[in-house]
Amino acid sequence: MTAVLTAPPRPTLGRLTAVELRKMVDTRAGRWLLVLIALSAVAMMPVVLYAAPADEQSLGQLFAASQIGVSLLLPVLGIMSVTSEWSQRTALATFTLVPERSRILTAKLLGGACLAGAFVAAGIAVGFLGRVAGAALGRSTGSWSLPLPVAGTMLLFAVIMVSMGVAFGMLFMNPPLAIVLYFLLPTLWTTLGQMVPRLEGPARWLDTNRALDTLTDPGVTATEWARIATSLAVWLLVPLAAGTVRLVRREVK
Amino acid sequence: MIDVDRLTKRYGDVAAVRDVTFRCEPGTVTGFLGPNGAGKSTTMRMICGLTPPSSGSATVRGVPYRRIANPGRHVGVLLDPAAQHAGRTGREVLALTAQVTGMPKERAGELLALVGLSEKAAGRRVGGYSLGMRQRLGLAQALVGDPAVLILDEPANGLDPEGIHWMRGLLRGFADRGGTVLLSSHLLLEVEAVADRFVVIAGGRVAARGTKQELLAAPDRTVVRALDPGRLEEALAAAGLRYSARAEGGLAVEAGAEVVGRAAASSGAVLLELRASGGGLEELFLSLTADAAAPAPAPEGALR
Repeated sequence: MTAVLTAPPRPTLGRLTAVELRKMVDTRAGRWLLVLIALSAVAMMPVVLYAAPADEQSLGQLFAASQIGVSLLLPVLGIMSVTSEWSQRTALATFTLVPERSRILTAKLLGGACLAGAFVAAGIAVGFLGRVAGAALGRSTGSWSLPLPVAGTMLLFAVIMVSMGVAFGMLFMNPPLAIVLYFLLPTLWTTLGQMVPRLEGPARWLDTNRALDTLTDPGVTATEWARIATSLAVWLLVPLAAGTVRLVRREVK
Repeated sequence: MIDVDRLTKRYGDVAAVRDVTFRCEPGTVTGFLGPNGAGKSTTMRMICGLTPPSSGSATVRGVPYRRIANPGRHVGVLLDPAAQHAGRTGREVLALTAQVTGMPKERAGELLALVGLSEKAAGRRVGGYSLGMRQRLGLAQALVGDPAVLILDEPANGLDPEGIHWMRGLLRGFADRGGTVLLSSHLLLEVEAVADRFVVIAGGRVAARGTKQELLAAPDRTVVRALDPGRLEEALAAAGLRYSARAEGGLAVEAGAEVVGRAAASSGAVLLELRASGGGLEELFLSLTADAAAPAPAPEGALR
C-alpha cells in the first residue's frame, strides 16, 4: 500500500513543539512545578546575599545560584511530560492525532529546551535583581558582568538536564519510577565511584554529577568536555535510544 | 470509508482478534457489536494504528491510518473517554486538539456548544467530570478536525437516556451528510436504533455482518405447543421437520408456521400455540454471542 493522504499537511515540528510546551504548563501539576522552580530560583538569592562573602556576590554567582533548583526540578517536568502521557493515558489522543511517535518525542525535547532557555533567562533576571538588592543593602561588592560563556554553559547544562528527564521518562514510562531512578541511579554511581577505589577512574568519566558540575563553573577544559560527552553518552543517549525504541513499539491502550 | 481486511492480533498463544473483515461505507452507521472482551477495542485500535496487527490490514479512506498526514482532519477517534489528563480543563483539551490539527481557535467553543458542555463545565478540570461529560468531551475532541469518518468505542457508555438519544441524532445526521461511522457497543439496544449495518463479533471472530434485514433473514423458526406433545412430535417427524424441545415448554421447529400448522392439522393434533420464534435482533445477537468461548464458524453466506 503506497497511498498517502497528504492534505491537509501534517502538523509542523514547530507547531508540535508549541503544543508539547503548552501541555507541560496547562495542567495543575505542571503549573505548580513551574511555580516551585521559579521560587527555588528566587529563594537562593537571600541565601547568597547573607551567606557568601561580599566580594563573591557577583551577578554571575547569583545567576549560578538561581539555577541550582532549576537544574534539580526542571528534569522532573521533562519526566512528567512523557510519563503523564501513560499515567493519564493521553497517549491515546496524542498518538492518534500524530501517528509518527518519534516526532512527538522530538517536540517534547524541543519544548523542554525552550523551558530550559526560559528559566536561564529568568535566572539572569533574578540574579540581576539579587545583585541590585545586594547593592541596595550594601552587602554585595562582586562584579556586575555576566560572561557569555558562563550563560552559555548554564543553558547547555539546563537543556541537558531536562533532556535527561525526558529520556528517563521515556525509558521507564511510569512517573514515580522514572523520577526515583532519575535521581537515584546517577547518585548511586557517584557513591559507588567514591567507595570502590578501582571504579575511581571510570567513575570520573561516567559520572554525570561530577562531569556536569564543571559546566556550572567558569572555564571548561578539554578533558572536562570529554568527560561530559562520555558521561552523557551513557546517561542521556542510551536511555534516549532505548526509550525511543520502547515508545515507538509500545501498544497504546 | 473504513476497510478492514483479515485483521488478526495474537498475544502470545491467545488470539484476541482473528481474521476480522468488514467494510464501512460513506453515509452509513455501522454498529460493531459483541460482548465485553470480544475484541472490539483491539480491532479499533488496530484500525487507528495504535496496536500493530499480527497480520491483516486496515485502511481509512483508502489509506493505512498511520500514512494519513493529518489524521485528525479525516478521522475522528474516541476510544476511551477516561483517557484524558485529569488536571486539564475541558476547553483546553479541545484547544490543544484544534492546535495540533491546524483548526481555528474558535473550534473549541463551537464544539462545546455542539456537545452540550456549558461554559462553566468547560472551565473545570476533566478530573471532576462524570463519565457522561467525558463522553461528550471525547466526542467533541473527535469532531474538532471536521472529519469524514468517526470511530467510536462504546460512546453511549455513561450517557443518560436523553444523552443517548442526542448522540443517535448527532451520528445519524453525520452519516446522512455522507460521513462514515463505526461505533461499538456491547449493548444491542444502544445501537439498534441508529445503525444501518451491523458487524457482530464474538471470541475475536466475526459472527455475522450485514443489514438488519439480512441478519434477520435467518431460516424460519416456529414455536409450537400441542395438547398432546407426543402426537405433535410424530407428525413433525413424519413431515420430515427438524425440531427441538424448548426449556419453556413446547417445541422449536425449523420451518415456517404454515408448514408446521399443516403437519399438525394432518395428524389432528390440537395446537395451543403456533407462532414465529425470535425476539428480533436481540435474540439473534444473544444466540450469536452466547457461546463466545467456543465460537462456531461464522455463518457467512447470507450474512454479508
